[in-house]
Amino acid sequence: MGENIRFHFDVDGDDFSSAGAASVEVKKQLRKLGFSPDVIRRVAIAMYEGEINMVIHADGGTVDVEVGDEDITMILSDRGPGIADVEKAMQEGFSTARDNIRSLGFGAGMGLPNMKKYTDDMKIETALGLGTTVIMKVNV
Amino acid sequence: MTEYKHSVSLDVSKCKGCTHCLKRCPTEAIRIREGKADINSKKCIDCGECIRVCPYKAKKAVYDPLDTMENYKYKIALPAPTLYGQFDHLDDIDFVIQGLLDMGFDDVYEVAKAAEIVTEYTRHYLHKEGLKKPVISSACPVVVRLISTRFPFLCENVMPILPPVEVAGKLAKEKAKKEHPELSDEDIGCFFISPCPAKVSYVKNSFAGEKSYVDEVLSISDVYFKLVSYMNKIDAPEASCESGMVGVSWAVAGGESTAVFNDKYLAADGIENVIKVLDQIDNSDFPELEFVELNACNGGCVGGVMTVANPYIAKARIQSLKRYLPVSPNSHSADGSVPDYVMMPELEYEPTSPLSKDRKEAMRMMADIQEIRKDLPDLDCGSCGAPTCAAFAEDIVRGETCADECVVFMRQVFHDYIARHQMRMEEEAEKRRNGNS
Repeated sequence: MGENIRFHFDVDGDDFSSAGAASVEVKKQLRKLGFSPDVIRRVAIAMYEGEINMVIHADGGTVDVEVGDEDITMILSDRGPGIADVEKAMQEGFSTARDNIRSLGFGAGMGLPNMKKYTDDMKIETALGLGTTVIMKVNV
Repeated sequence: MTEYKHSVSLDVSKCKGCTHCLKRCPTEAIRIREGKADINSKKCIDCGECIRVCPYKAKKAVYDPLDTMENYKYKIALPAPTLYGQFDHLDDIDFVIQGLLDMGFDDVYEVAKAAEIVTEYTRHYLHKEGLKKPVISSACPVVVRLISTRFPFLCENVMPILPPVEVAGKLAKEKAKKEHPELSDEDIGCFFISPCPAKVSYVKNSFAGEKSYVDEVLSISDVYFKLVSYMNKIDAPEASCESGMVGVSWAVAGGESTAVFNDKYLAADGIENVIKVLDQIDNSDFPELEFVELNACNGGCVGGVMTVANPYIAKARIQSLKRYLPVSPNSHSADGSVPDYVMMPELEYEPTSPLSKDRKEAMRMMADIQEIRKDLPDLDCGSCGAPTCAAFAEDIVRGETCADECVVFMRQVFHDYIARHQMRMEEEAEKRRNGNS
């Protein structure tokens, strides 16, 4: 087994213009590693949604991506308010985004459902007032 | 696959190996090797940014010379709508058409006319069921190539309808054969008078596997002065413009999409903006959009590097020229279908090369790149010949350059050497003093 490749990104809060930048960078790197378009797209979309979530709800956070022989793992951590009801948050169309965020076209309540849909495994660790960590895996 | 032919060339004697083009290339296709710019043809998308920024005019657009007109018995000019915006005090497009005829063309088929036909079919196409939305315009060849090399999942979104210049070429040739049955295929030459070099590549590379209907691509800037001298001699033009507002508006960013009569559209121009929009469409679904028009040049085709006029002045001229034109005299298909002759095959994905075909090897190389990057200054100064420190690290691992090319790294090596040398000198002086005492 070869050495895993890691990427680390800091995601700024309240900065919509640069939200999604980490996802674009990862896409570029995965292309260089020769992954199939399908794998790249799934990773990019899941990560993009996660990044946007961190900007909307948690004033930013960090993304760590680990590329292994069998899967790609994304760990998104923030120190935001935490998710009160994970089951409800996973429902399509459910969102707690404020109106000003919705007016930007975000907050459609598809973030977490899409992250689950595009990945092979997703875990959410969350604590109210402390933050949320989402761990996603895409098999290669 | 044969090597992709590009339409940007380098005048080696003028190139100083500076970093202007290196830093501006949106696909990082340029490196400075041995003091001269070198373009990676697999990565180049013919956007012309390097031509635009070169302070020494070392980068040049490649196009066909005017004297290729001598190679054909029957010559047809296909003027891009952008051409109309190049002239000061022009209030009637008829002067341009007449000027082209006086210059030696046997016929003129306006690309703006074909643009109206394409607009009409775009409207019909958007009504088809089961289309992947948003539909992305196929008119800008730079955008089409960008998508085919970088956005595999958007290839399907690109509208499979030929760009106006191809439709113009096809219809012009049919018209010529009908009017002059004695002419053979080789006798007829279609000359596109183009604002941009990407159209040259498009024609020379037999796009999407089909031979282009355009035979030669002339540059607007090359044709301009000759044409102006003919136009100045005209009192009352006999020839008349056959295009309308819709077709002429294609010269300007947003012109194509406003004519589609569907307000769920997005129009972006400038290559950096285009890339950002594509990245975002690629990430999320943009369900509310039906049509996306993307122009690699700022302002649209009027911003092409083979034009003469300032793009924004050209845009203003187009605005006043089209005021008294009919809306769209060339829309004539009532049944809502899209004929086969304007269709092209679906765009194919042609990825630019990964680090290695073997995943394990690629991973090892990526680890090496990350290791090398730790020692690089992240200044992205370009002195090494690569646009960024990240690209430089990749070039080292790919074996295309070596770490010594980094001036910051070498300066440190030099400083360390001097420091060591000084220390040694002091030690020796100390020894001598001790020996003498």
